[in-house]
Amino acid sequence: MALRAQTGPYFGDFGGRFVPESLVAALDELGEAYDLAKLDPAFGAELAELGRSYTGRPSIITEVPRFAKHAGGARIILKREDLNHTGSHKINNVLGQALLTKRIGKQRVIAETGAGQHGVATATAAALFGLDCTIYMGEVDTERQALNVARMRLLGAEVIAVKAGSRTLKDAINEAMRDWVTNVATTNYIFGTVAGPHPFPEMVRDFQKIIGEEARQQVLDLTGALPTAVTACVGGGSNAIGIFHAFLDDEGVGLYGFEAGGEGVDTPRHAATITKGRPGVLHGARSYMLQDDDGQTIESHSISAGLDYPGVGPEHSWLSAIGRAQYRPVTDDAAMQALRLLTRTEGIIPAIESSHALAGTLELGRELGPDATILVNLSGRGDKDMDTAARYFELYDEEAGA
Amino acid sequence: MTARNTVGPVIARRNAEASGALIGYLPVGFPTLDESVEAAVALVENGVDALELGLPYSDPVMDGPVIQAATQQALANGFRLADGFEAVRRITERVDAPVLIMTYWNPVVQYGVERFADDLAAAGGAGLITPDLIPDEGADWIAASERTGLDRVFLAAPTSTDKRIARVVEASRGFVYAVSTMGITGARADVDRAARTVVDRLTSAGAPASCVGVGISTAAQVREVLEYAEGAIVGSALVKALADGGVRGAAELAAELARGTRAE
Repeated sequence: MALRAQTGPYFGDFGGRFVPESLVAALDELGEAYDLAKLDPAFGAELAELGRSYTGRPSIITEVPRFAKHAGGARIILKREDLNHTGSHKINNVLGQALLTKRIGKQRVIAETGAGQHGVATATAAALFGLDCTIYMGEVDTERQALNVARMRLLGAEVIAVKAGSRTLKDAINEAMRDWVTNVATTNYIFGTVAGPHPFPEMVRDFQKIIGEEARQQVLDLTGALPTAVTACVGGGSNAIGIFHAFLDDEGVGLYGFEAGGEGVDTPRHAATITKGRPGVLHGARSYMLQDDDGQTIESHSISAGLDYPGVGPEHSWLSAIGRAQYRPVTDDAAMQALRLLTRTEGIIPAIESSHALAGTLELGRELGPDATILVNLSGRGDKDMDTAARYFELYDEEAGA
Repeated sequence: MTARNTVGPVIARRNAEASGALIGYLPVGFPTLDESVEAAVALVENGVDALELGLPYSDPVMDGPVIQAATQQALANGFRLADGFEAVRRITERVDAPVLIMTYWNPVVQYGVERFADDLAAAGGAGLITPDLIPDEGADWIAASERTGLDRVFLAAPTSTDKRIARVVEASRGFVYAVSTMGITGARADVDRAARTVVDRLTSAGAPASCVGVGISTAAQVREVLEYAEGAIVGSALVKALADGGVRGAAELAAELARGTRAE
């Protein structure tokens, strides 16, 4: 069977539905609505039209030769999901799930968010479709991504700062699930990544796979050949699966996911789930996760809120297990240096999340040599990260930074 | 090692006495391991018929704020899974009530499902309540509990379809845990009417015993639930009593709740 044909609930040994019984009916309802929508040309047409006239699809590709000089001379081509409306790939999935919300007749949506990009995208779709919207965000993340909190509130969403546990993305997911268990009759959960219980990993992937479908043709048109390698950053893994998926059965194309190595994978402060974790059950699915001997989730760390997650989507665990994709860690500092390098060489300011893919690509380019062509998913733009970057590179005037 | 003191006979006996069973929840290790053991023993000595011991977990999606705060404190104090088995052993050495463990699934997976079942049975435990394991994903646990004779308590919700209700009834042993409101744990002013419907549907599907949990905090609510269910499960209210009034506070609330299991 083609790897691309794999559907949930299981990807090899990974996936499933490890959820409270209270949620099963809602997951079934969502799964059935999605299965019907998939077969309905009207749904596909409506989503495609939103992509064209609202998101700005297809997103362009940009070759970055000045940046590529630092990558051993390999050709580097960026897929510009940063140019989407709301600033990242997250909108692709949200519009699909918002349309499904209308189909199942619910008036309220909830979502978790880390960096705030999924929350902003969900708040945006809620404004567009006239839905009530509540976003759960770890308290730590509300502080380091304050701009996105303001954006969500301006869009009319209620933003709840989650104070439990590590006060980051994983705790925001816990709180969103509690909300869903309580309000399932009226509320749809717009999940932001390819993790969680079935049908989310399959459904979110399907809404994101347009990234790779467009890029595969765009690279063929530009270079006359498939790329040597495709790269992306991996937190939960939605932008990575989105660009990988179209290439899964192209055997000659290497797939590389770059996880957040934080302060180093030999320190306790990282979010390199596949590199350093082992299989377990978190947030409704069996997948790789960071955990101690007792199965307690270990708090992750990354300078990028969007990758600061101790789990990963089950399809990535499967692609790693069967050797189809490789997952490597990239440190906070390497990502920040790559952020500055792309900005200075190409005039494109990437999100810190996406900068992990850029940093990994610099190293990969040196390994693959000058004949290689590498397609990088530039999943988001860096506007939201200006405060972090300004502090990191000491860009504020002294009194302003004090 | 096979389980001896399972929960089914106790529930049956209490219902034969025309009352119904009171099941009390406490987390292991809150506020300390010793005090959680003392509190559990005190609950039984004050009229609780069976115990549900929660294992603190980092990502408890079914727990409300009271239990979250307690389990987070237990984890901060250094709770380890081995403490769960020790607590079961110490409690069952002192009182006869069956002791079920309530645990999220990942700790069991990491410990090893078979090994967990063996160690729980060896400690004198009755079985497991699994809030985030549905029968569809439970093949390993069903096999391990068949081998060891441990109870396995799955949950049923107001939204569960008839087909799923039947599946849960077939897979459960001991009782079925009926979630009384569409919600997480936490005391509520009224126990939801939906509970009665869930229990009726479980009974129609052949469940020998249904116990209602999530949202019960007073003797009056216990009495109301026992009019239609075989057992009432009280969690957050007992944890709050323990947090506020220590072992004595929990014991007093247990005695009060137990009044709900007797005819007026």
